[in-house]
Order: sequence, then C-alpha cells, then structure tokens
Amino acid sequence: MSSPLTYSEDYIAGILRSVKTIAMVGASANQIRPSWFAMKYLQEKGFRIIPVNPAAKEEEILGEKVYASLADIPVPVDMVDIFRSSEAAGEIIDEVIRLKEKLCASVVWMQLTVINHEAAARAEAAGFKVVMDRCPKIEYGRLCGDIGFMGVNRRIIDNKRKPLGAGRGALSRNALGQGKGQL
Amino acid sequence: MSDYGFSTLSVHAGASPDPATGARATPIYQTTSYVFDSADHAAALFNLQTFGNIYTRIGNPTQAVLEERMAALEGGTAALAVASGHAAQMIIAHALMETGDDFVAARQLYGGSVNQFAHSFKKFGWTVHWADATDPESFRKALTPKTKAIFIESIANPGGIITDIRAVAGIAREAGIPLIVDNTLATPYLIRPFEHGADVVVHSMTKFLGGHGNSIGGVIIDGGSFNWSASRKFPTLSEPCASYHGMRLHETFGNMAFAIACRVLGLRDLGPAISPFNAFMILTGIETLPLRMARHCDNALKVAKWLKEHAAVDWVSYAGLADDPNYNRHRTYCPKGAGAVFTFGVKGGYDAGIALVDRVKLFSHLANVGDTRSLIIHPASTTHRQLSPEQLKAAGAGPEVVRLSIGIEDADDIIADLDQALRD
Ligand SMILES: Cc1ncc(COP(=O)(O)O)c(C=O)c1O
Repeated sequence: MSSPLTYSEDYIAGILRSVKTIAMVGASANQIRPSWFAMKYLQEKGFRIIPVNPAAKEEEILGEKVYASLADIPVPVDMVDIFRSSEAAGEIIDEVIRLKEKLCASVVWMQLTVINHEAAARAEAAGFKVVMDRCPKIEYGRLCGDIGFMGVNRRIIDNKRKPLGAGRGALSRNALGQGKGQL
Repeated sequence: MSDYGFSTLSVHAGASPDPATGARATPIYQTTSYVFDSADHAAALFNLQTFGNIYTRIGNPTQAVLEERMAALEGGTAALAVASGHAAQMIIAHALMETGDDFVAARQLYGGSVNQFAHSFKKFGWTVHWADATDPESFRKALTPKTKAIFIESIANPGGIITDIRAVAGIAREAGIPLIVDNTLATPYLIRPFEHGADVVVHSMTKFLGGHGNSIGGVIIDGGSFNWSASRKFPTLSEPCASYHGMRLHETFGNMAFAIACRVLGLRDLGPAISPFNAFMILTGIETLPLRMARHCDNALKVAKWLKEHAAVDWVSYAGLADDPNYNRHRTYCPKGAGAVFTFGVKGGYDAGIALVDRVKLFSHLANVGDTRSLIIHPASTTHRQLSPEQLKAAGAGPEVVRLSIGIEDADDIIADLDQALRD
C-alpha cells in the first residue's frame, strides 16, 4: 500500500552501535504498551533509556526517572525515540532541533507506524540521522539474531557458531553488524 | 544481505551453525516445548514482549530457519510456516476477515482452493466472489464494501494462466485491501510477487519448494507493504487484541505485523503447526530449488513443444510456447521459465484422457505437482471431480484435459513415455 521506507543495514546497525543513551518520548509504565517492553528489552541490551512523558503519574519507569519534557533531561542523550502519533512527532522533532546543543543528540527515531516526512526533512536538514516506522527493539533483535525465532527475514548470512546463550540477552553490542557474514 | 544472489539465499538464508553442537545442517528440533529461564522470562514470552520459543504449535527452531529462508527468497519481512498450503490460506483468511466479510478470488485456482473458499469458508461466514484471472477489471467489478482481500495464483493450477499481477495489485491498492498471491507453481525462482505489488504471498511448499514429493507444508510471507491501520477494515491487526491484554499488533510489530498475527492468533488458536521433520525436509529441498526449477522448466518446454506436434493431441496450453495467449505475460513476469505444470487436450475426450493415464510407465498417476518425478493426472475424473461442468471449464479442467507436472528426469525419457502411451 504505502510505499515502504527502506534503510540500509549499515545505516540501522551503525545507529544502534553508536548510540548509548536514548530519550524515549511517550514512554509508558503500562506493561502492555510497546514502549514499556521496548524500554525493557533495550535496557537488557545495555542501553540507558530516559523516559519522557508529561502525563505519566509514575516518578520512575523501569528504574529510570521520568521527565516531563526533553528540556528537563539533565544529561546528554544520543538519540530521541518517539512513541507518539505521526502528527505529534512534528512538534517533538522541532523541539529536538531547538535543543540540539543541549541534548547532544544526533539521531531522531520514529516508532512503527510513526511517519512524518516533513518533520523528518527538517531534522535531516539540521544534521540528524532519521529513522521512521521502525522499532529499535525489533531492529536490534533482528540484527543480533534474537528475532530469528519469529521467522523474521534478518537479511543476514552466518557461517560462524554463536557462543551458547548468545541467542538471548547475552550478545555484546559490538557484535552488531560488523558487515556481511560477520555478525 | 540484499546483495546475495538467489541461489546463495536458497542454500543459506536463515541457517547458521547450531550453537549447541556446531552442526552445520539445520538440526531437527524434535521437541514440543522449551524451558523458561525464570517466571519473568515466561511472562515476557507469553505477552509477546520478548523473542523466544514457547511451544512447537507456535514456533520451532527448525521451522524458524525455513520461515526466514522463505521470507528472504520472496523478499518479504517475515514468514510463517504451517502444516499445509490449505492451512496457510485458512490462517490468512482468519486474520483478514470477520463473519460477514467477503473476498474476491480468481476463478482459475487449484480445485482444492475453489472448494475451500466456496464451501468451507462459508461456514465461517466468509464469502468468496469469483473473478476472471485473465480480466483484471473483473476483480474491480466484484468488490463490495465488505471485501477484505483479493486472492490470485501467479501461475494458475491447472490452467497455466499467468496472471497480470501488477494490474490486479493496482485494483487492490485503490480499494485499500491487500493482494494475496498463491505463488506455489512459480516459486520465487520464477516470480517474486512482492516486486509486482503483492502484499502477502502464500505457498503450498508441498510442491516445488520441498520438491521431492515427500512432505506437506505451507507458508505465509508478509510483504511488509500494507498499512493495516489506514482504515478500520482490519481490526485483527489495528485494534486492541483481547487475547493479548489489549495489544495492537500493527502498532507493536509494524511491517511484520501480518506474519506475527498469523502466528500468535491463527496458528496459536486454530493449530495447524508444521512438524519439525517436515520443516527439515522442505528446507533441504529448497537448497536445490534454483537448480531443479531451471531443469523442470527446460524439460517442460521440450515436452510441450513435442506434444504440440503430436497427432493425438488437440491442443497444448503452456505459456512457454510462442503462440500461447499467456506467452507475453510469461516474458514479462517469469522470463526464466513458464513453470513445469501444464495441460493439454487429448483427442477423444474423457475416455482418451483416462486411457492415457493408465498407459504411462514413467509418469506417476497421482494428485500432486512439483515432484522430481514426472506426474500425470486427468483432473476431470480426480482432483476436480467435485466441481460442476461450468466450474470445470472455468478452472481449465474440461473432460479432454490432461495435466502434467514435468520432473527432472531426462527429457528424452519423458517424451518417449508419452509417445508410447499416446499410441493406441
Ligand atoms: C496452487 C496450489 N495452492 C494450494 C494448494 C494446497 O496446498 P496443500 O496441498 O499443501 O494444502 C495446492 C495443492 O495442490 C496448490 O497446487
């Protein structure tokens, strides 16, 4: 239907390899929301996730303090991950652009079904790498092999034996996408 | 990986050395269940919050390699392997339709699919409206406000029609519904329907994919292209899912949501899981798919040309023949070959057809296609005998029609067998 967005493996793997701290806008303490389990999974993989949600009643989600806005975050973040509607993403991205110096972020990531081409173009013009309509949890799981259990096309060919237990939780982040066949 | 060629993917995609043993061939994981690391891990798995194995009705590591290989060969985002081609069709319909909905399907389908759609699906309250695979506009005319999908075969069994996939895909796109393509007879070696606008591809892996006539299986591949949330037509994908605490599958799984929905709802609840052994057999078959398909198609063209000149043969319907009405679509959609299943008409009608299948010595008389062995059947007296005379004609299975599935033996031997059997 809608023409699918395509990103190269190197682009996605490059982002996931370089990023360490992620501000998650629209993070939720509700355990059935995708944001909650994306946060949990990414934490297990060694990322620090800083939840941003003005409506959250909780002080903390998964052990991290919740901030009401991006401007309140006191530490540098590498990436802003947006769990909001495509329309709402526009304003959030403008704020990310305004806060570029303070946040030190270089990546704007929009979650599955979140697509805002105009805002993406503004972010790119401001020097950000942009991803739309993807989930970093799924992309990470795909690239490190976890998600192979679900019949997902990981687009990887692999001739090496993985260490035992590597399929789940134990893969080191630098194993991500070293290039063809090397994963 | 996109830069690996088709043959490389056929051998490698999805498979890596076994982490436990280093085994290079994919092991048959003959187990029903998998231990959880902790109560937390179990809960996360059941809530679809993390990736992993739970129970072989929902997924199995041998099956997962097969799924990934098929997703790679078709160029889709994810796949689900199930017990048979018919189970795959059933699960697709279950994901797309509610009671009272309908779908439009080409009239020229495998006879078993005609039965499944017309009779069994009716019991679920899903209605099929038929269209003509040779006339894309007929699909538009059959649409209703309740239509949830269009279903076609890329190469129709047994008529040998090559469908104008792009034209039908355009009609589906305008209607905001997905195009489902049964790619069984073409296999992704000949046609990759996603490249022509299909949204979901389905196969009976029982045929050329497994290729050796030893295992039944089916697969659903998600093209990742369809926006399930653009309308409220597909509540299974876009609305909160009662059996997963209100999770919305499209929002959660994005461009692989359809494959996941088919697994975690259709397969989980209807239950037609593929056995790990069958998954292994089909996976092994796929390693040689490109080699076999090239040979199947070469042999089929030789046999079709030879039959066309034979005095006892009325007509031959094979898209690889230059004067066939499907020849141009063959050049457009599958220039590497027109497949290996085709029909011809014997002079003498029904009785001559039955006589021929009795006299062959190399061909096997059976109800399958896509085996290494050459196969023959007289559809009107076997696979299609449940259909009415009008349906028979519409399906390309009239009384004089004989269907061949050409194997990978020596072409000369295949021809010699038909030659002796056509002599009276
Ligand atoms: C084109 C086509 N689709 C679907 C099927 C059904 O597949 P299965 O027999 O694996 O259920 C067949 C089987 O003959 C077929 O030829």
